[in-house]
Amino acid sequence: MSTQQAEPESQEAPEDPAMKGAESPAAEEQKGGGMVDEHAEKAAELEGETVHIKVFRYDPEVEGKQEPRFDDFHVPFEKGMTVLDSVMYARDEYDSSLTFRHSCRQAVCGSDAFFVNGKQRLGCKTQISDLEQPVRIEPLPHQEVVKDLVVDMDHFYDQMHTVEPYFQDEDTPPVDDLEEQRQSQENREKIKMSSRCIWCGACMSSCNIAAGDNEYLGPAAINKAYKFAMDDREGEEIKEHRLRILEQEHGVWRCQTQFSCTEVCPKDIPLTEHIQELKREAVKKNLKFW
Amino acid sequence: MYEHDVIVVGAGGAGLRAAIAAHEAGADVAMVTKLHPVRSHTGAAEGGINAALQEGDDWELHAYDTMKGSDYLGDAPAVETLAQNAPEETINLEHWGMPFSREDDGTVSQRPFGGLSYPRTTYAGAETGHHLLHTMYEQVVKRGIQVYDEWYVMDLATTDEDDPNDRECHGVVAYDVQSGNIEGFKANNGVVLATGGPGQAFDHTTNAVSCTGDGHAMAYRAGAPLEDMEFIQFHPTSLPSTGVLISEGVRGEGGILYNSEGERFMFEYGYANNSGELASRDVVARAELTEVGEGRGVDDEYVHLDMRHLGEERIMDRLENILHLAEDFEGVDGLVEPMPVKPGQHYAMGGIEVDENGQTCVDGLYAAGECACVSVHGGNRLGGNALPELIVFGKRAGQHAAGEDLGEPEIRTGYGDDVEDETDTELPVAPGKAGLETSGSVAADGGMATDAEGVLQRKVETAREHVDTLMDKDDGVQHAEIRAKLQQAMTDYVNVFRTEEGVKKALEIIRECREEYQDVYVDDPSRTFNTDLQQTIETRNLIDVAETIALGALVRDEFRGAHWRKEHQERKDEEWLKHTLISWDDGSPSIFYRPVILEGENKTYEPKERSY
Ligand SMILES: Cc1cc2nc3c(=O)[nH]c(=O)nc-3n(C[C@H](O)[C@H](O)[C@H](O)COP(=O)(O)OP(=O)(O)OC[C@H]3O[C@@H](n4cnc5c(N)ncnc54)[C@H](O)[C@@H]3O)c2cc1C
Ligand code: SF4
Ligand code: FES
Repeated sequence: MSTQQAEPESQEAPEDPAMKGAESPAAEEQKGGGMVDEHAEKAAELEGETVHIKVFRYDPEVEGKQEPRFDDFHVPFEKGMTVLDSVMYARDEYDSSLTFRHSCRQAVCGSDAFFVNGKQRLGCKTQISDLEQPVRIEPLPHQEVVKDLVVDMDHFYDQMHTVEPYFQDEDTPPVDDLEEQRQSQENREKIKMSSRCIWCGACMSSCNIAAGDNEYLGPAAINKAYKFAMDDREGEEIKEHRLRILEQEHGVWRCQTQFSCTEVCPKDIPLTEHIQELKREAVKKNLKFW
Repeated sequence: MYEHDVIVVGAGGAGLRAAIAAHEAGADVAMVTKLHPVRSHTGAAEGGINAALQEGDDWELHAYDTMKGSDYLGDAPAVETLAQNAPEETINLEHWGMPFSREDDGTVSQRPFGGLSYPRTTYAGAETGHHLLHTMYEQVVKRGIQVYDEWYVMDLATTDEDDPNDRECHGVVAYDVQSGNIEGFKANNGVVLATGGPGQAFDHTTNAVSCTGDGHAMAYRAGAPLEDMEFIQFHPTSLPSTGVLISEGVRGEGGILYNSEGERFMFEYGYANNSGELASRDVVARAELTEVGEGRGVDDEYVHLDMRHLGEERIMDRLENILHLAEDFEGVDGLVEPMPVKPGQHYAMGGIEVDENGQTCVDGLYAAGECACVSVHGGNRLGGNALPELIVFGKRAGQHAAGEDLGEPEIRTGYGDDVEDETDTELPVAPGKAGLETSGSVAADGGMATDAEGVLQRKVETAREHVDTLMDKDDGVQHAEIRAKLQQAMTDYVNVFRTEEGVKKALEIIRECREEYQDVYVDDPSRTFNTDLQQTIETRNLIDVAETIALGALVRDEFRGAHWRKEHQERKDEEWLKHTLISWDDGSPSIFYRPVILEGENKTYEPKERSY
C-alpha cells in the first residue's frame, strides 16, 4: 500500500504546513476554498461561537485526496469541548469520510494521539478552548499515514514486543494455594507511573532519535521494560536479562535526554527519568561483572 | 480463508482470557478484533474485581450478595461458579504481574463496594481495568497467540437449519479495516464472541464508541436468543458532559452525594437508610433523578459528589485518576470543589444466552464477558462483579471451545420444553426485519450448505455483496442521523424510569430507524480504513439490540433490579422469576421465558426484599 509520510520539518514551527508534497499555505487556502465556504455557511446557521479547525486529509485511493491537503471546518463550540469532539462533530455533520481512530473518549484506550498545533496530544484529553485557532490537527509525525489522521502503528507495536513485555517469574506459588506474591507498597509505588502507559505512540512520534534510528526501542518500549525490571516480584536474573536487552545498540544509550517524550506523554510518565535510571542500573551491573 | 481451531472475536478482558485458556488447552487459537487489544473498553474499568480472598470472607457470602444484588434473577449455578472461581482467577492475574494495590504486609488490598457484605473488591489504584487488560495482553504476547487486529467481524458462518438448536457455527466473516478486504475465518472447534457491551444504543453512556453490540446482533440473527436485555444498569456517577465515569470507588472511600440544597439526600430523603451512598447502583441512580425531578438538582441536571473531606493524601493515593478525569473532561478540581454527576448508561446485565460453559444453543458458538448472559447479574450487577465474570467465564468458554470437558451444564439454552411463550403483550409495531436483508440474517437464497467451507464461502460472498451495495449507492440517509435518532429515543424512553407508553413510543421510533436504514449509504468511496462503512454496519447492529432492550422493557411488567416500570411498582415473584428471551426467528422476533434457577449447591436462595 502506498502511504504518505506526514513529516513536519520542524516541530517548533506549527504555522508551517511543512508537509512533504503539500502546497503552500496560500495555495492550500485557495484549494480548500469550496470547503471553507460550505462549512462557513453551515457554521453561520449555528448559533453561538464556532471553532475553526484545519484537518489533515489524505487517502491513497481517492482522487483529490492522494495529495495531502488541509480541510477547514467550523464546529459549534460547547463548554468542555475537546479536540476529539471537534473532529467527531465535523465527521458526523459535514464529512463522513473524515477518518481517525478513537474509542474510549477518556484517555485510556490510547487511540487518538494526534499532532495538534505542532504538539503530540491526545484528542480526547485536550480542551479545544486552550488552543490557538485555527487549530491544526495532523496525524502523528514520523509514522506512515494510512488515511487522514490514521497512522500505521505496526512499528510502534513491534518495538513494544521487542522488550519481552510480559511478567517472567518461574517461582510463583501454585495458583490453587491462593497465595499472592508479596510486594511492598514502596515497590508498587515505584512502578506505578510506568504501568500507566496506554500505547498511544505520542512519545515515539516526538522523539528525534527514534525518527533517525528506526531500530531504536523508543521511550514507550523502554518504559515497558522498566516496569518489569523495577518490579521486585521478578527475580534478579530476569532483571539482568532485561537490562541486557535494553543495553543493546538501539537501546537506552541512544537516548540523548531531550525530554520531548516526557513533555508529550498524556499519562505524565517521567519517561526520560526512567531511561536514565535504567542507564544507571546497566552501569551498576556492568561494574559488577567486569 | 484463514483457519484456526478456535476463533475469539474481541480482545477485551473476556476475549483475552478465553484465548489464553484455549491456548493452554492446546488449541490453535486466534483473536479477531476491531480494535487493537489494548484499546478495548475493559481498560476503562476503575473500581475493582470482587473475589473472596481473605480469611473471614467466603465464596458463599459473595454468591449470596450477588444473588441479592441480582434481585433474584441470577441463575445459581452461574452465580456460584463466579464466586467459587474468582479468587483463583484473581490470584492468577497477580501471578501474571498485575500491579494490584498493596497492604503494609505486601498482600493485595481489598476495599468495600456497594452491595457487598465484606470488603472484597480487589483493585489496582483507580485503574484496575487498565492493568487487567494490559496484563492479559502481555500474556497473549508471551504465548505468541495470533491477533488479527483492526479486523471487523461482520457475520457468523452458521448453518441455516430451521431450528437454531440444530445449527452449527463454523467461523466468522471479517474485513480488514486497513485494506477493506473481506475474508472468511474458519473455526474448526468453536467461535467465542467477546465483543463487550451495547452502550452506544444510548446517548449518555460510560461505554466507548466501539461498544456497539456487534456480537449481540450477530448471535441474535444467527439464532441464539438474547436474554434479559431490559436490564440495563445506569451508573449514578458519570460526568454530565461526556458520560465519563466517576468510579464507585469514590463512594467506597467515603465520598458523599449532595443535592442543590446541600442535603445528603440518600439518608435525608430515606432512599437507603442503611447503606446511603453505597446502596446499589439502580437505587442511587433513581434517587438522583428523583432529586432532579423534584427541583433539588444542580442546574436542573445533576447532583454533587464530594470527596474533599477525604484529604489530599488519601485522594492522591487511592483516587488520583478521578482527579484527572474531573479536570480533563469537566474542568473541575475535585480537591477544592464537589464534582457534578448524573446517571449514565453503564452496563448491560443481559446478553447472548449461554450456559456455565459459555455455550449458546448454536453448536460451536460461545459468548463471554459483557456480551453474554449466563446469568450472573440477573436484574442488577454489583460493582466489581463484571471483571471477575470476564476472567472466570472467559476462561471456561475458551477451555470448552478448545474441547475440554467441563461437565454437563445445569443451565439450558435455546427454545425448549422448559420455556413458556409470551402471549398477551400488544406491540405497537412489528419488530424485526424491514424489507430484504443481505447480510446478517440467514440468507434467503436457498441452497443449504452444510459443510463448513461451503457455509463460510457463501457467507463471505453475501458479505462482499452487502458491502458493495452500501458503497455503490450515491445518496440516501447516513448512519449518523439514524444512530442519533435511535440513541435519543432510548435515552428518552427506555432509561432509568420507564412507562408503557414511553417504551411503545421507543419501539415505534426504532421501527422508523429500521425503515430509514433501508436507504442508508456510505459516502466515503474509499476501501482504505473506511470508518463510515464500519459505523454503518454497527448502526444496524444497534438497531437490533435496542429493539430487544425495548421489547424486554415492555413485556416485563414489574419492578425488579434496574428495571423500573411506572405502572408496576412491585417485584412480582409469582409471575416473574423468569428470564426474558428474544429470538430473531429469521426476522420476526418471538419472545419466551425460562425459569430462573435459585437452587444452589448447598442451598436455595429464597427471594427477599432487596433493601440496603
Ligand atoms: C467506565 C467503566 C468502568 C467500569 N468499572 C468496572 C469495575 O470497576 N469493576 C467491574 O467489575 N466492572 C467494571 N465495568 C464493567 C466492565 O469493565 C465491562 O463489563 C467489561 O470490561 C467488558 O469486557 P469485555 O471483554 O466483555 O468487552 P470489551 O473490553 O469492551 O472488549 C470488546 C472487544 O470486542 C471487540 N469487538 C467488538 N465488536 C467487534 C466486531 N464486530 N469485530 C471484531 N471485534 C469486535 C473490541 O475490539 C474489543 O476488543 C466498568 C465499565 C465501564 C464502562
Ligand atoms: S509512554 Fe506516554 S506517550 Fe508514550 S505511548 Fe505510553 S502513554 Fe503514550
Ligand atoms: S479516545 Fe481513547 S484515549 Fe482518546
